[in-house]
Amino acid sequence: MAEKNKENIFFRNVNENPCNMCMPMGGILALKGIEQSMVIVHGSQGCSTYMRRHIAEHFNEPVDVGSSSLNEKGTIYGGEKNLRQALDNIRKVYHPALIGIVTTCLAETIGEDIERITGQYLIDNEMEEFPIVTASTPGYGGSHFEGYFFTLKRILMQLTEAAEKNNKINIIIPNISPADIREIKRMLALMQIEYVLYPDFSDTLDRPFAKPYTKMSNGGTKITEIRSMGGAAATIQMGITIEDGISPGKYLEEEFGVPLYNIAIPMGVESTDAFINTLVEITGKKVPESIKQERGRLLDGMIDSHKYNFQGRSVIFGEPEMVYGVTKICAENGVFPAVVATGSQIGKFNQLVTAAVAECPEESKILIETDFSHILAASKEGKVNIAIGPSDGRYLTEKGDIPLVRLGFPIHDRVGGQRLLSVGYTGTMMLLDRITNTLLENKYKSYRSSMYEEFYQQG
Amino acid sequence: MAEDLTGSITERDEFIVTKGKNKKQLKCDTDSSAGCVSQRACVYCGARVVLNPITDAIHLVHGPIGCATYTWDIRGSLSSGAELYRNSFSTDLKEQDIIFGGAKKLSAAIDGLVEKYQAKLVFVYSTCIVGVIGDDLEAICSAASRRHNIEVIPVESSGFIGNKSAGYRAAGDALLRLIKPSESAVIEKNNSINYLGDFNLAGEAWIIHNYLRQMGVELNVTFTGDSHYTALKSAPKAKLNIIQCAGSMIYLAGKMEELYQIPYIQISFLGIEDTAASLRNIAAALGEESMIVKAEELIAKETARVDSIIKGYRAKLEGKKAAIFVGGGFKAISLIKQFREIGIDVVMIGTQTGRKEEYEIMNELVDDGTVILDDANPAELERFMMEKGANLLVGGVKERPLAYKLGIAFIDHNHDRKHPLSGFEGAVNFAEEVYSTVCSPVWKSLNALGMESGVANHG
Repeated sequence: MAEKNKENIFFRNVNENPCNMCMPMGGILALKGIEQSMVIVHGSQGCSTYMRRHIAEHFNEPVDVGSSSLNEKGTIYGGEKNLRQALDNIRKVYHPALIGIVTTCLAETIGEDIERITGQYLIDNEMEEFPIVTASTPGYGGSHFEGYFFTLKRILMQLTEAAEKNNKINIIIPNISPADIREIKRMLALMQIEYVLYPDFSDTLDRPFAKPYTKMSNGGTKITEIRSMGGAAATIQMGITIEDGISPGKYLEEEFGVPLYNIAIPMGVESTDAFINTLVEITGKKVPESIKQERGRLLDGMIDSHKYNFQGRSVIFGEPEMVYGVTKICAENGVFPAVVATGSQIGKFNQLVTAAVAECPEESKILIETDFSHILAASKEGKVNIAIGPSDGRYLTEKGDIPLVRLGFPIHDRVGGQRLLSVGYTGTMMLLDRITNTLLENKYKSYRSSMYEEFYQQG
Repeated sequence: MAEDLTGSITERDEFIVTKGKNKKQLKCDTDSSAGCVSQRACVYCGARVVLNPITDAIHLVHGPIGCATYTWDIRGSLSSGAELYRNSFSTDLKEQDIIFGGAKKLSAAIDGLVEKYQAKLVFVYSTCIVGVIGDDLEAICSAASRRHNIEVIPVESSGFIGNKSAGYRAAGDALLRLIKPSESAVIEKNNSINYLGDFNLAGEAWIIHNYLRQMGVELNVTFTGDSHYTALKSAPKAKLNIIQCAGSMIYLAGKMEELYQIPYIQISFLGIEDTAASLRNIAAALGEESMIVKAEELIAKETARVDSIIKGYRAKLEGKKAAIFVGGGFKAISLIKQFREIGIDVVMIGTQTGRKEEYEIMNELVDDGTVILDDANPAELERFMMEKGANLLVGGVKERPLAYKLGIAFIDHNHDRKHPLSGFEGAVNFAEEVYSTVCSPVWKSLNALGMESGVANHG
């Protein structure tokens, strides 16, 4: 059951080791998946630098993001001059095809009207056709998770037009790894399905080494594709936890009548089946033999590891959508999700997770809008022996001796966050192996001494 | 559209000089230009990085969650005792708090934390919006201070009130409040010294402490690496201040000279040359014959130990070219000399927050043709590294992927590194790290790809 209300007295006043980031961070990630796009963070210099540092560390990629570098003057008299200058400079150096502007708490608090400013800027420069996307993402308004989807919705609101019907399927993806995105694209290709994948940072945030270096990387969802998403046959949105108000898929459904299939990230057998079945339902295509074989191999591997997994008691934390996906994998494999936690404030989360863990032998503890001090306390109470989530979970290892399987965003203390594959039948198997092997490693590390202490010394 | 989109940002011209070519004075220590993708952080960041190594303090960030998330455990600073500093506490301001003010929440947060952790010292950092909504930090902190009979010190670090240097000053002011003796107290001077501007990222402060001990010099307190409340309180007793990181500490040192008659000298423990000179200078400043003798003994012993190791690396590295972009001027200056020790010339050098005097020294030290730049951005770093044929870059997390994408070696001189770079030990580590990256076999593979212009500049 959700613990939120009980904890409000202390929790309301202080967050002790955050389990979430702020809205503009999500906005940057979303915009990084658009072809030839640049982002300007409207606020003081630090916001953009901190977020760049976080993103660069996870993806091991250069992450160029502009800032309007608001100083005292701009804060008092308004930041229009700074924002216009930022637009000038970003265009000069990067020649982007699209510019996204996300706000910070500072810009929002002083009441910056970024739509008016950018509208006037385009008129003054006689470039009304140039796409500037604005998203209001105050740092106090929600977490990076909400910022991500809200910005995706804003891009659609400003770019997508009524289009002729086509056979493509819009695939809206959450903040998964570039390797995950490529895996989804591979599955779509195997199914011979035409699609628009949105946003697509599989290349922009994980580009191959090539010479010469270019400031803007190739890849990303094409602007022309985004414009035509209103004509798609359907939208599959991997965003089962997100609220309708920030749902890009919901927007396409309401505005252009594109049928929406809201599904979980295809992690685990059930959720991946749901993805494949949805594709079949929409297109009437057959599931290719190779995908069936991948599924069979996953089932085979699940049997191989099921007894070891049964000894797992996990704490799962991070962004709601990823946490939900991992919870499904754990529940399917007998790893008991003892604590399921997110720093975000998502109303549906409790209900969805409750349903996902309904058949578990014990009751899971679900924490919403929480922090790591609470996650640690709940983990100790729940006798957790494995943690699954982003790098900040090392706090649980340090303070609670709980081994961590790194997954999600950000992974800043290991290399290869961008290469972690965890979706589809193949990715699920890889993630499950990481989980099982962490449990085994931990067991082998201590069984000699624990058996000795438990039985020999007593005897 | 009569715009210049050729990529050069004219307002940046004054921040870049080439030694020997132009006589103009380099512009520095001013706000970043909007849209230039500055590598700099903000005022809050400057304050946080200086104060965070105080190990037994509660570091409470008054603001929305992002500021606390992005700076959790920001420096790898080591502690010999308390671990409280490794938490990131935030008032996690939400929309309601922005509208109605965050004062009550802040008071309650302090109360909750002080009760839970029994701390003697709380730093409350103000962030951008706190400066805008006008919470009276001073009043809230002094009320809390009286309530709990401990020190609750506000840090005036709203992100927009300047650049990172303003944060250093805010931290300096907070430290001055902390070390101020009560009015009735009599300061009894002893023969010890304070060590300013070492944050003990990987045990550096301990290395220096050992040197001083061998020389018979008593170290009073380090600002702020591995320091704590009681030790810092004794700061006014010292006879001499030595400053390593001048950028962050010169303001504090000046004030301590004025208030407590403690003279200061600038030293540097980066590289053999600077380390030896610094030890001599400290002994000379203290004026005791035995210290001067012991310093020489120490230098002779250590130099003999590391000399051949360094020479070995020098033989491999002779003739390579380095680019430097680091936080402060002091570090940059030392690096020029340190590179010289291993046979490497500096062809590009810049900092985030260097001061005029520091740039003058850099200009004297480097060869003609070296590019010197303040508050650079990725486009400039890329351009000058390529133009000057740099074989490696020294920088922080954000710069690393850029160097790698250009096929250039990289040295981490940042908060994240896990090996010391100070003293004789540090000089060996530095040379080893340079060797490990410049002479890595991976660069050969880049050429083996047979790309048209793909010959990496690692001859």
